Amino acid sequence: MERTTIDLWVGVFVALGVAALLGLAMKVGNLTTSSVGETYTVNAAFENIGGLKPRAPVKSAGVVVGRVERIRFDTETYEAIVSLNIDKRFSFPTDTFANIYTAGLLGEQYIGLEAGGEIEALAHGDKIAHTQDAVVLEKMISQFLYNKASEPAAPAAAAPAPAESTKTGDDALTTNPLDDILN
Amino acid sequence: MTQNIVEIDKLSFGYNRKLLHKGITMSFPRGKVVAIMGGSGTGKTTLLRLIGGQFKPKAGEVRVDGQVVHKQDREGMYQLRRKMGMLFQQGALFTDLSVFDNVAFPMRELTDLPETMIRDLVLMKLNAVGLRGAHDMMPTELSGGMARRVALARAIALDPDIILYDEPFAGLDPISMAVTCDLIRTLNDALGVTSIVVTHDVEETFSFADYIYFVADGVVAAEGTPDDLRNSTLPFVHQFVHGEKDGPVPFHYAAGDYKDQLLGPDA
Amino acid sequence: MIRLLQNIGSNTIDQIWRLGAGARLFGLTLISSAESIRRPRLVTKEVYATGVLSLVIISVSAFFVGMVLALQGYHTLQKYGSSEAIGVLVALALVRELGPVVTALLFAGRAGTAITAEIGLMKATEQLSAMEMMAVSPISRVVAPRFWAGVIALPLLAALFSMIGILGGYLVAVPLIGVDEGAFWSQMQANVDWQFDIVNGVIKSVVFGVACTMIALFEGYDAPPTAEGVSRATTRTVVTSSLAVLALDFALTSFMII
Repeated sequence: MERTTIDLWVGVFVALGVAALLGLAMKVGNLTTSSVGETYTVNAAFENIGGLKPRAPVKSAGVVVGRVERIRFDTETYEAIVSLNIDKRFSFPTDTFANIYTAGLLGEQYIGLEAGGEIEALAHGDKIAHTQDAVVLEKMISQFLYNKASEPAAPAAAAPAPAESTKTGDDALTTNPLDDILN
Repeated sequence: MTQNIVEIDKLSFGYNRKLLHKGITMSFPRGKVVAIMGGSGTGKTTLLRLIGGQFKPKAGEVRVDGQVVHKQDREGMYQLRRKMGMLFQQGALFTDLSVFDNVAFPMRELTDLPETMIRDLVLMKLNAVGLRGAHDMMPTELSGGMARRVALARAIALDPDIILYDEPFAGLDPISMAVTCDLIRTLNDALGVTSIVVTHDVEETFSFADYIYFVADGVVAAEGTPDDLRNSTLPFVHQFVHGEKDGPVPFHYAAGDYKDQLLGPDA
Repeated sequence: MIRLLQNIGSNTIDQIWRLGAGARLFGLTLISSAESIRRPRLVTKEVYATGVLSLVIISVSAFFVGMVLALQGYHTLQKYGSSEAIGVLVALALVRELGPVVTALLFAGRAGTAITAEIGLMKATEQLSAMEMMAVSPISRVVAPRFWAGVIALPLLAALFSMIGILGGYLVAVPLIGVDEGAFWSQMQANVDWQFDIVNGVIKSVVFGVACTMIALFEGYDAPPTAEGVSRATTRTVVTSSLAVLALDFALTSFMII
């Protein structure tokens, strides 16, 4: 079969296109870490999931170990049932804690798993018993204000409380700014 | 094997509701050059397409080699078309292919011949039309007459039994015209094919055709050998052969009363 | 008034007729594709015409689109103190929407019109008729290879568009504005999903490839064999393809997000 320059150009074109796709997959989409491997599903019930969305990451010690598959509402217990797809490579004990955290002050919400001490591991379809709800910012602020209002006698006592920890140097910087405003 | 390779039997055809052909019967004997003549717009080209099976007749039938054209399925139609070569009015060369590739096109598409044999065959066909030297030119570089001859080489590429010519002389200079006339006759006799020529050039046609059909108003108005027709007393044939302006074929297309239209309220 | 209604009615009927004829041509093209698979050289030639020759316009546009996205994005994100998210913004906008859509629009203008004009002229100069008379099907010899070439070329062009756009955005964001390079890439990688963003983008561009190429082929095949007919068909290719791409984009996006 004779070769023509057109074939060469088409070859270059196809190679470029495939390279771009691979580039998107590796460099942009990070296919290497967000594995499409096998997973198992566990459920967790929360009273309030805040702004958690399907496909949000499930992390343990900061490492992504799975994704939220779906969220539905249970009309019997009035709780949100969240299904988590967790990579088969990672197994967690049955008394694992599932918490909803926020990445940064206004960032996306994700589920953090904290392993417990049991020997038996969570299997497909199991339910995580220990959960902690999302922190809703408005709720937190109103609670804080309510607490402040209920103890008007000792407003200064609240501030030094964290200073009892051993890390004295850092605390000077991380003192709650709200304290200054309220005082 | 029948005497006539193509037979048209009481054929009617028309676009939309208007009938273009109203029961035409013609026969084309093997090995002859038969011309179909008539004024512009009398459906001569359409007749060729009916023979090639590109249109379906409203009534009647066309038989090629004894087989009814419009009753063939796709495969049968293609089998029939392989027996035909058609020369289109403007040549219809593939503009993205060179002269060589144009002539090689039907061989490459329809046969499994090796490339070396195709090369020899193409050069032979081009030689037959006198254009072997132009084999690596592109169709846009050719003159009208040359393009027509290349198209002819392409039409005979697979040695058809029938060659259909659609207005082979339209828009040619006198020299190219003479060359084309000569080619039609020589190819016909050398290859033993049947030629069907659609044209309105009287002089040229009378010089090489074996038999001529005149088409007017959707019917065969006259037929015969060139000598018969030249001496014909039929007023229509007389008008056509001698190129008179008015006669049975009127100068005016059918219209309402002239005075009424000019002075009437609609104007 | 009655004339207006008549016009609307006859136009509607005409459009429906064309839709049906287009669908029939699509079906015929699919069943006449054996020739294109048997002789890939036919398709290669068309990939050159539709894909390779569109490379320049696609690359240059992608580069500028990426740079503009980064500039605009930076000015907005900066107000919220999250200028590191600029990588995510550029990548998601390109991979999900702009890559497939802008590529398809440029493709309709560059390659689609060429296809329509070529086929329209082949029809006007009786080349398609000649092919038919030679017992060669114009659909399997002319239409199908162009169709498959378009379907292959558009996703590749769209991927190139996204990649070059991201590079353009990178050049503006990192060396020019001074966003941290590590944050640019890591935020992008953390937030662009292979399945939901990139694969869906590819699916979109394949659908656009089918639509744009088929519209261009149909308009060419359906064009009246005159100079005016071919020029109008070429215009219609651009208009119809653009509308089809935008409408399909909405439909596909709504399917993909749910």
